[in-house]
Amino acid sequence: MANFLNQGVSGLATGSFDALVALGFTLLWQTSQTVNFAQGEFVMLPAFFMLAAAHAGLPFPLAVLAGIAVTLLVLGLGFKRLLVNPMLRHGVLPLAIATMALSLFMRESVKEFFSAEAQPFPSVAPEGAIDLFGVPVSLQSLGVLALAVVAVVLLQLLLSRTSTGRQMQAVAQNPTVARILGIPVERMVLYTFLINAALVSLASLLITPIYLAKFSSGETLGLAAFIAAIVGGFNQVRGAIAGGFLLGVVDNLGAAYVSTQYRGAIPLFLLVAVILLRPQGLLGRAEERTV
Amino acid sequence: MTAVLQVAGIRKRFGGITAVDGVSFEVREGEILGIIGPNGCGKSTLFNCILGQLKPTEGEVRLDGRTVTGMRPCDLNRLGVSRTFQLLQVFPQLTVRENLILAGQEHVGSMATRLFGPRDAGLRGAADRMIGFFQLAHLAGERAGGLSYGQQKLLDAAMAFMGGPRLVLLDEPAGGVNPTMLASLKERLQAINREQGATFVVIEHNMEFVMSLCTRVIVLAEGRLLAEGAPADIRADPAVIDAYLGH
Amino acid sequence: MTLSRTATAAAVLAACLLLVLLPLGLDRYGLYILSMWAVMTIAAIGLNLTLGYAGQVSLAQGAFVGLGAYTAAIMTTAGWPLVLALVVAVALCFVVGWLLGYPALRVQGHYLAFVTLAFSTLAYLVFRNEEWLTKGIYGITDVPRPGLLGWSVASPLAFYWVCLASLAVVSAAVLWLVRSPWGRAFVALRENPMRAMSLGVDTRRYTLMAFAIGSALGGIAGVLYAPLVEFVDPTPFTLGLSLNLLLMVIVGGAGFFLGPFLGALIAVLLPEWLRFTGGLYLILYTLLVMVLLAYSPQGLLGILDRIVTRRNARAASAARAASASSFGAAP
Repeated sequence: MANFLNQGVSGLATGSFDALVALGFTLLWQTSQTVNFAQGEFVMLPAFFMLAAAHAGLPFPLAVLAGIAVTLLVLGLGFKRLLVNPMLRHGVLPLAIATMALSLFMRESVKEFFSAEAQPFPSVAPEGAIDLFGVPVSLQSLGVLALAVVAVVLLQLLLSRTSTGRQMQAVAQNPTVARILGIPVERMVLYTFLINAALVSLASLLITPIYLAKFSSGETLGLAAFIAAIVGGFNQVRGAIAGGFLLGVVDNLGAAYVSTQYRGAIPLFLLVAVILLRPQGLLGRAEERTV
Repeated sequence: MTAVLQVAGIRKRFGGITAVDGVSFEVREGEILGIIGPNGCGKSTLFNCILGQLKPTEGEVRLDGRTVTGMRPCDLNRLGVSRTFQLLQVFPQLTVRENLILAGQEHVGSMATRLFGPRDAGLRGAADRMIGFFQLAHLAGERAGGLSYGQQKLLDAAMAFMGGPRLVLLDEPAGGVNPTMLASLKERLQAINREQGATFVVIEHNMEFVMSLCTRVIVLAEGRLLAEGAPADIRADPAVIDAYLGH
Repeated sequence: MTLSRTATAAAVLAACLLLVLLPLGLDRYGLYILSMWAVMTIAAIGLNLTLGYAGQVSLAQGAFVGLGAYTAAIMTTAGWPLVLALVVAVALCFVVGWLLGYPALRVQGHYLAFVTLAFSTLAYLVFRNEEWLTKGIYGITDVPRPGLLGWSVASPLAFYWVCLASLAVVSAAVLWLVRSPWGRAFVALRENPMRAMSLGVDTRRYTLMAFAIGSALGGIAGVLYAPLVEFVDPTPFTLGLSLNLLLMVIVGGAGFFLGPFLGALIAVLLPEWLRFTGGLYLILYTLLVMVLLAYSPQGLLGILDRIVTRRNARAASAARAASASSFGAAP
């Protein structure tokens, strides 16, 4: 039971993290039909921006802010202007393939210009464990969970309560109608790219202390995000959140109770099963923009 | 005249909306049957139910007395039922001749002869005759994507005839075609009907085209069969006039 | 048209001649790289069939190369002849590829990419974890190069001929395939499956066939890979290989017969030529890929094709104008 609880909390922590990344992934898909295969590298990179700023002599909190600023500029604005905009007219798939190339590009750039070795990264959450119902639970896990939940709730509030958020949702649901209604579609799409950049910055900040900063870590991180997004429902913001938590818990429990060797396989089976049996995702509505 | 196709009580619901509401009719050997009706009356949905693109909620489709409801379009096609689509559907990357060979190749031989046999599946002659018949001979080697809209429309229709079908369903063949091209298309269709005895079902908005081409017309309104008869009778039917102009 | 066809034929002939003569001046490593190009081209030709011709996205081609390589390594180290391993690998990859095609009947585009990506990752896990069969992360060492009808092909040069000959056979077979009615059906499947179906094309069967044959070619590449490298471990067969093969097909020109040759040439040989740039090579390569994709999603041969088409169209419209003026109104 103790183990189960611990695994559960740690599962929720990974899950909340997956949800963050999946959320950004889903937003990009919804507003601009961008399937970002480089999303994992998007999480890997901000930590290096922060590290680079710290190496340049900035104190850590300032380095974090600088890293986030650079991420917004490069992975938000730059990504949209330089890659997505020119590619979009060619359709969904060429853009998806371009993001695959981008993922290799980012990976190799970090390896070449920063380091091929894993870099330690300071934790934003305190070390150690606290006692929860007589079970020691890692503070770091709880910290990640708390911060991620706060971020997700804030984003939900932004999307559903503010006028900008509602305009973004309108763009996500039907860009043509949104344009007719006078919503500045182009600016809303840019906002989602910036939100995605902010989400991956936060995710990077939360996850890197645990897994270290390494150029190759994007593959695993990205895969988790794709799976969470698809399992939950590609066209649903709350689907990405539910998918993230489900995936995190399944993954951790699977690792503990099924097999560590094939730990990576369990989410994949979940992914394939959902795609084949319910392509719109567990919470999604049937895709209407396929044509 | 015997019935080639029998449509019995076809009903199609999408969620709460009934697009086709219990339509029954027969298509007789050798006729040109027109299906008309106001926009949204369920014509295209009915077509798609007959052709296996959609699965009807209720009802049955019989070809020569044999039930073919829900059969895959490719199997139905190989039984001699061919179609065109409302929107233009040619293969732009293939040449005009290749488009026609493609349209015929699955009707001859087997998977093995299609792999190991001749590259044109023995259809080059037939394709060229069809190209000539539709007056596209000067374009045989051009990519279909480079043709004008009207020429593509002719090619689209020609493709439907390559497999030597007994029954052809044409979904708005006249849409967007200029009058000269339209006259030529009508003449081609009538010639094939006369010479090869192919049966046609035509969905069309262009009344002039339907009334002069078809031998019999049925009218759909709000998913139901409203009237059936010779073109002249339909033209004079007050219920039909009401359906088009009323409400 | 005829001019470009003659030009293509001349270029292909020159390339063939070069491939035959080049090895005479190459050292051991040069031969290895050239052999690797032939192997990767075979795998890319397979993916081009699935992706380029039939329009089915696959991120699993690397896994089939792995499947072929492991089949060859396991069987030849156990004393079986490589030719038998080839037969087994082709059959195995054909069947697994066929099964992998089933998801494509339900989902397309990026969903299919994710399913095949999942398969690719699963295959890697199996290569890594099933130590009793694959020796896990330690890999299978000393994969022998075979004797062929009494001749030994162990020397780098001899094995290069084996790779080149295999490439020639595969190319001829695939050229036959894409120019047969099957190739036409594949293109129809890619461009408009609904219309293809209405013309009697059994899209289900052709989709599965496109996957099965494409995967089997990946298997052939793998069977050659094992004795070429003489060592098989899981690392080369991660998702990265599938991704690289996909980029090779896209860069060369998906749906063009010569696309994979060109794509593999760039992906395998360019790093050697760009050696002086150090680690920058992959960065430059991926950057070029992105620029190319933005300019021409149909790859390098797509650019060429566009130029030729434009020129032909201009010639045709000029001819039409001439005939219209001499015969009165055009039809």
